[in-house]
Amino acid sequence: MKKVASVLRYLILTLGAIIMILPFFWMLSTSLKTQPETIQLPPVWIPKSLQWGNYVEAFKAAPFGRYFVNSVIVTVVTTIGQLFTSILAAFAFSKLRFWGRNLLFMIFLGTMMIPGEMLIIPNFVTLSNMHLVNTYGALILPWLASFFTVFTLRQTFNSVSDQTYYAAKIDGASDWKFLWHILVPMSKSTITAVTVLQVIGSWNSFMWPLIVTNDENMRTLPVGLQAFTTDAGTNFALLMAASTFVIIPMVVVYIFLQKYIIAGISNSGLKG
Amino acid sequence: MLNEKPTWKSSIKGWLYLLPMLAISLTFNIYPIIKSFLMSFYTKYDFYNDIVSAYGFSNFTYLWNDPDFHLAVRNTLIFVIGVVPLNVIISLAIALMLNKIKYVASAFRTIYFLPFVTSTVAIAQVWNWIYNADYGLLNYLLGLVGINPINWLNDPNWAMPALIIMSIWKGLGFNIVLFLVGLNNINTRYYQAAEIDGANSWHQFTNVTIPLLSPMTFLVTVNGVIGSFKVFDEIFALFQGSSGPSKSALTIVYYLYEKFYTEWKYGIAAASGVVLFFLILIVTLLQLWYSRKHVHY
Repeated sequence: MKKVASVLRYLILTLGAIIMILPFFWMLSTSLKTQPETIQLPPVWIPKSLQWGNYVEAFKAAPFGRYFVNSVIVTVVTTIGQLFTSILAAFAFSKLRFWGRNLLFMIFLGTMMIPGEMLIIPNFVTLSNMHLVNTYGALILPWLASFFTVFTLRQTFNSVSDQTYYAAKIDGASDWKFLWHILVPMSKSTITAVTVLQVIGSWNSFMWPLIVTNDENMRTLPVGLQAFTTDAGTNFALLMAASTFVIIPMVVVYIFLQKYIIAGISNSGLKG
Repeated sequence: MLNEKPTWKSSIKGWLYLLPMLAISLTFNIYPIIKSFLMSFYTKYDFYNDIVSAYGFSNFTYLWNDPDFHLAVRNTLIFVIGVVPLNVIISLAIALMLNKIKYVASAFRTIYFLPFVTSTVAIAQVWNWIYNADYGLLNYLLGLVGINPINWLNDPNWAMPALIIMSIWKGLGFNIVLFLVGLNNINTRYYQAAEIDGANSWHQFTNVTIPLLSPMTFLVTVNGVIGSFKVFDEIFALFQGSSGPSKSALTIVYYLYEKFYTEWKYGIAAASGVVLFFLILIVTLLQLWYSRKHVHY
């Protein structure tokens, strides 16, 4: 009886895993086919000869190189900037005493209730008044502060005892030194988790870059890919090749840093 | 030191550390929150110069009378009801099975979680191709079991199911991870006690697992509902920059996007955002109220 249940579990889980993997497999398989092969019925699972040239052709069919550079710049600057502002703010909320501290914290908690989509219109107006639409500024500035990140880091900083803070102060360390030489290294795993999740979020973000870029040169990869679908038309091999190189970087990040991503998500679950 | 009352000196220091985050946050979070509520009452608005010449409720009466907005609210609710319960049930079932098996559980978890890290826009192109009526993989596979081809993306009756299937597929991994955390937190002593009392595995499931997992189930459900209310990227990408055949996948955020970005009706767009906020608020409060009675902490 127990054995049957166990075999059944593996069977169902394997079937589920196949369903999860199939779209990725189909993307890769299609991206390596010749045009006639893509629409052949019954479908060709593995192309006769792998058309690596599709990748070269897709890459040249639209300025994907430029999109790639834009995505890298936006992701890196957003992530580092947000981490910097959040570490400072989380430290203040966790270890410093100042007037208005609790009130401000409650206000920020309240803002988390607001759907971010509501902020798009006023932010667009603000940025167009600053003449920043179609610049890296518009893509990056609004994301340099994240209360969710502040909140997560504050929890971790709180778990470092106040005694450690006193001790460092008595030894003559300034707050700035304590933060960067003791607190940050002690919270390395949370910071890594937050960073990786932010990188994935920035890389994949779509609605905001779509709205603030209409100049082709400023598009990020997802926006560029969406625009490319019109040019690609029914050339599914090229479209799948282009989709593959939008997806691959985050898959690589995921494979190497999976531990931190899972930990980051588990943490957010534990708090709830 | 830490329990001392703040002084002038310590306060200035605290605010200095907060300053960078505060400056950005005031400009791009706090101010726009207030502004978007105000904007929903703007009836004459010159956004180039940010000058308002008339206020009123007409944006809300417009929404009240606009059949498109009714459709958007209806479709959003259908999407939420179509995605969240199924997603919770399937991810719970998978998490329970992953929790029971001895080998390769982590390999399975890696695979189930993979869609979460992939770009929605890119993977929606793949689904668009899979759903293709003539050459799509899905219709071919359905054909093998004798189901006639379905025009997934161009038939108004099938567009929403197509969107729901893709969204469930993409969201499963995230919930599975959370459920696995919840299951790991259940102390094994409860199961031992239940076993001593003669509970079989079904009774252990209904009387130990389900109640002790309920806080996590609650969290996953609330998360899922809020996220599903805001669906946009999936629609834009799956239907190639449209709201589906005869607007069959027009949701509230998509409506907001169209009013704002293609029609430049900022007041109406802002008003639809306000409606979205209150809808999410009401549904979340309802869930909180329900959880008071049924979630065991």
